[in-house]
Order: sequence, then structure tokens, then C-alpha cells
Amino acid sequence: MANWTLASLVRGIRTTRWPRRDDIPPGAVPLRLDGRAGDGREYKRLEDGAASPGNAVWTFRTAHSQGPLPRRFRHSVHVRFVDAGADGACISEVRLIDAPPYNMHRFGIFITASPREADVLLVAGPVTEAMRGALLKAYDAMATPRRVVAIGDEAINGGVFGKSFASAGGVHEVIPVDFIVPGCPPPPLAIIQGLLAAAGQIDVPQAEMTP
Amino acid sequence: MSDRQEWLQWLHGLAPEATVEDAGDWIEVLLAAGALPTFTAALEENHYEFATLVVESDTASDGFVLRYFFYDPNDGVIVAIRIAAAPDERLPSISQRGHAAAWHEREAEDLFGIPFEGHPFLGDYVLHDSVWPEDVRPMRPEFDPRERVTTPGIGVNWRPRRILHQEGAIIFPVGPIWADYNESALFLLETPGEQIYECHSRLFYKYRAVEKIAENQTREQGILLAERFSGSSAFAHVWAYCQALEKIGGCDVPPRAQALRTVFAELERIRYHAATIAALASSTSLAVGKSMSQEVEERMLRLTGQVCGHRYLFGLCVPGGLAWDPGAAALATLRAGVADAAKEFARLERRFVRTSSYLDRIEEMGTLPTEVADLYGVVGPVARASGRTVDLRRSLPYGSYADHRPDVPRELEGDGYARLRVYFAEIRASVALIEVLLANLPGGAIAAECPPAPGAALAWTEAPAGGTFHWLRIDDTGRIRRWRIAPPGFRNWHAFHRALEGAAFQDFHIIMASFGLSIAESDR
Repeated sequence: MANWTLASLVRGIRTTRWPRRDDIPPGAVPLRLDGRAGDGREYKRLEDGAASPGNAVWTFRTAHSQGPLPRRFRHSVHVRFVDAGADGACISEVRLIDAPPYNMHRFGIFITASPREADVLLVAGPVTEAMRGALLKAYDAMATPRRVVAIGDEAINGGVFGKSFASAGGVHEVIPVDFIVPGCPPPPLAIIQGLLAAAGQIDVPQAEMTP
Repeated sequence: MSDRQEWLQWLHGLAPEATVEDAGDWIEVLLAAGALPTFTAALEENHYEFATLVVESDTASDGFVLRYFFYDPNDGVIVAIRIAAAPDERLPSISQRGHAAAWHEREAEDLFGIPFEGHPFLGDYVLHDSVWPEDVRPMRPEFDPRERVTTPGIGVNWRPRRILHQEGAIIFPVGPIWADYNESALFLLETPGEQIYECHSRLFYKYRAVEKIAENQTREQGILLAERFSGSSAFAHVWAYCQALEKIGGCDVPPRAQALRTVFAELERIRYHAATIAALASSTSLAVGKSMSQEVEERMLRLTGQVCGHRYLFGLCVPGGLAWDPGAAALATLRAGVADAAKEFARLERRFVRTSSYLDRIEEMGTLPTEVADLYGVVGPVARASGRTVDLRRSLPYGSYADHRPDVPRELEGDGYARLRVYFAEIRASVALIEVLLANLPGGAIAAECPPAPGAALAWTEAPAGGTFHWLRIDDTGRIRRWRIAPPGFRNWHAFHRALEGAAFQDFHIIMASFGLSIAESDR
């Protein structure tokens, strides 16, 4: 019988100290955030070891954003994740936000199973026709005050799937969106930053172009 | 039979009235629709595996051209049965004997409106009846993908099919939005109380119509779609897509690019399986095991991000080779990182197999016997845990796999524990392969010119979840005319309900996690 607890204690704390300290390990944030083919130049920059994204901004407020949740939610935010047609990479990154390297619980952010208990709706994917109704129901079930964070390029404007008979072309086409986190897929740190912005723990700029 | 001529003769003997011709990559058999079931039955009897069904609209006749692809896993011969169908012609279903083609036929019926005679379940598949009206056929050429269909479906009047009729029996719905971070799909579990008797998997909540919106797009836009519809197995799909373009254009990929593509595909496999192992530990509430697996998964992601500038290998594969050469320093980092992670995986596996409470949850749970796996034509690690050694890297070698044949693990029990062992064994095999490839990496160019050309080709890769086939047709203007993606989930999700039969409710999560399937990949 393996002693898991002992093994994990021996390993010690594995969580990044970001954002309190600027210790983002290499590879935690991709240099090509949108995933498009580069010519290798960004990669060379990385080889020099000079590419720490530091306190980069990955999250933006939308034009019609209600801003962060009221102050009393700052250190206790419950999040419901909705997959509205997201790709596997996006979902994999969302799964990692409560993994030891990132551990979102240290910010007082928790995942809840029911939208009725959720303060923030975290939505990924371009909103497929079949998920449109389910997303609306989840949003309607939430108590106010509530906020919506759309993660990934697809959730912002449909991305490569655009607007079609099967895809709504972004979360804002179905429900109001307060914060967007661009990236294809956005890394776990960026998703956590989006949730911190909704919780009011950090200030984020308004996006220059909002859908 | 090793000679191609002998194959042609043998196929001709199976159907004397048919025309058999050598189409280069495959042998094409022009068959009358009526002869289809007996012919495919003969192929299956000779241990042919069903690859995919490709339907194309025939603009000249308003009808359809169907190609049923089969391959021989031992000799690497691909056979395509070509059927020309009139607009409303009823075709015989071939999924009565083996079920591998059943979901392909359902999809063709739903999206093209081709009726299949003798198929037990048709309709309400990709296009849910609750959302879409009955007469929508999005894959037909006259359908405009940019317009939203405004006519509603039957909405709340939709009722799931009931199989279990027993006093007190209920249908327990799971999804489409469910539990913590699960992908959207609906599972209707039929139960008299404690045990799951039947599961009706309702997928395609994430149908983004990739095959339709790709029509008339440039091949560069196709690359973006190939990477982004699945995401977690992006490299496998974009590699298959690029292979199809390279076959059409007749361009040779330099050996260095072939070797590096193989390295990245194996890197993706390691990371994919690490995520599955984490999900399996999580489903059994083994929190520390889950955390440790996620840590090594994250380590693989960071390594990939460091070497390629993207954590999921996007933007790397282009027609003709790779977008750029990572360089010696980065490849040395990769080699050291993979060797390091291999030690961590070995430690993790030792811990898992020594945890009896964990094994109690996954042993003899979600068993898929070999004969059921054969019946459904299951692929990938799930098949290999059920005694089926189907692997396209060995059957139809591509990339560097012809020279570097990977070890393919095989377990016989077909339960959750067998699947866990297969995942760890595949990680070991992938680590060994990466090590060999990086140690003997050929020099030279990283990409060759691959100018656009018209034509059609079938390409394939062994994605982490199993074999995938891509059929691509490029028109004279260099744009995509038809792109058919046959994801591995199409077989494995189909067989999933058989592994659930008789399971207790709390095992549902565990069985699903042990299958390690992506819904985004199969919904497309």
C-alpha cells in the first residue's frame, strides 16, 4: 500500500507564487498565445531566457462589463464551468486551474456543481446550437449578482468556427459577457487571472475591441 | 498474399460482377449497392478492419458517391468500395454483422439524408430532434452554412428511447452540463434503482460542423481547423490533414521533418495519457494521485511550450514538413525533459499498482470483452486493453514508424485496470521511441515545397485515443471541396455503453475516465 500522503508531504509545495512573485516557469505561458504558426522568432527569444511574461495582462473587461463582483465576494467566489463547444485543449487548461502547480483555491475561488450556487459562469467554446439552450438555462438559474467570463478565442468571437448554422459565434451572442480571456487555449494562469478580475482582486483594462 | 496483383485477383473473386481497379494508395471496387452487405461480410471474415465511410455529393447526377474504406491490419492493403447512389436511393446497411460502421451510417443519414435499409437506429443523432427540424441536411451542397436555421425542433416534446420496461425503472440523465469540468454530452442511464442496465449516449452537443464550414476554405484555414476542433490531440489531426495535402501534391517530406513529427506525435500521446491517468485517479477520489499525475501532465505541457512556443503543439505542422526547426538546444531540453518525466511516470505507476483501495475500484470494472471490442471495431488504448492490437503505426506505417516500429502493449482483461496498464505501457513505449528518434535525428531541411494541387487522398494517424482517418478533396482553385474526419471516438463512444452494463452508479465516472475519450474530437 503506497503512502500517498507521506509522498506528497516529502515533495513539498509545488505551487507557483504568482502573482505575488514573478516566478512564472518557462512554458507555463505559451509565447504564441493564439497558436498560429510563427517563424521561430519568438522561440529564439525564449532560448535567450529573456521571455518571462512577468505581470502580463491576459484578461480584459468588455465594453458592457458590469465590472467585478461586489466587495464581499472578493475572497469567496464560486464558479460554474460551462463547455459550450470548447476544444479539448481549452478544457484541459481549465482542469489544470485547481491542479497543484496553479491551485486556484489559494485565492478563494471554488468550483461548484450547480449554476444556482455560482457567482461566476466560466464559459468556453463558440456556443454551439445544441448548447445555446443549456447555456441560457444555466445563466438564468444563477442568482444576482453574477458575472460571466468567456475564455478562449472561440468564446470571444467564434474563432476559427466563426458564426454559422452550428455556432453562435461567441458567448456574447447568447448571454452578456463581463470579462474575456483571449488565447487558443488560454493557459491556466490566464484563466485564473480572469477569475481574479471577476472577484475584484485585480484590476484589468478594457479591451480595445470588444465583440 | 503479399503481391498486389494477388489482392486484386482475390477481390475480383469475391465479386465477379464488380470492377476492381488499382487507385494507387488503395484498391477501389466499384460495386452495385445490393452486393454491399455480402462483400463487406467477406472482408470482415478475412480480418479486414473498417476504416471510414466517405460520402461525397456528385454534382453531375445530384446523387452521392460513397466510399467504404477497409484495411488489412497485417498486409497494409486498403480497399475502398465505391457505390454511386441516386438522390433518394435506399442503401443496404452494413452494420448488422459488425457495428464499426453503424455510427458512420447514422451520421450520413442525418447530415446527407441517405436512408440505410436495415439499420436499427436512425435519426436524432448529430442534429438533435429537440433543436433541429427533421428536414435539415447540412452536408448537402445547396445548404448554406452561414445561415442559422430558424425553424425550431420539437423542443420539450423530445423523449428519450426507452429500452428497460420494468416497474420502478427510471431514466437518470447526466448532462449536458454536469459535474466539475466535464465536456458537454448527455448520458441517459436506464436503471431499476442501483445498477445501470443501459446507457444511451447522446453526443454532438458540441457539433461545430467542421466538415461543412471547411468547404471552400483555403488549405491554410484547414490547418487552423484541424488543430482546433479537437485541441487535445491537435498534432495527430493536423498531421493527418497535412499528409493528405502532401499525397495530393505528391511532395516528399524531408526525413528530418518526418522524424520530428513522429517525436511531437509521441509527445502528445504521453501528455494525453497523463491527463487520462489524472482523470482516472480523480474519478476514484484518489486526490494525491490525481495531483501528482496532473503535475507530470503540466510538466509535459511546459516542456512542449518551451520547445515549440505552444503548449498543445499548435502552428507547428505545415504541408511539406514543420513550420520551423526547433534547433539543437531546444531538442536537448526536450530529450532531458522526457527522460526526467519517464522516471516520474514510473514512480507514479508503482504507487498506483500498490494502492489496493484504488485497484478495488478499477479492477473488473467497465469490462469490455474482446468479442465486444471486435464487434464494435474499437480502436486505440481501449482496444489494446481488450486484446485487440490494432494500431495504425504498425498496420499502415507513416512518418518514421516504418523504420521505428513502436511497441504496442496488449492486455486481455478489458477492465479499467487493464486500460490503466496500457496507458502506462504506451507512455513507456513513446518515451523509448522519442529517445531513439532524437538520438538519431537526420539533418537537412525541415520542410519541402508543397504547392497546392487538385485531387483527393486518404491519410491517417494513430491519435492518442486511436486511429483516425482524414479524407480530403481539393478542387481546381486550391480550396477544400470535401474533408471527412473520422475520429477514434466514433467507435469507442459507440462501444462505451457496453462497458457500463451492470455497473453501479458510482462507477459511471470511473468507467468514463478509463476510456480516455475526448468529446470535442468526436463531435467535431
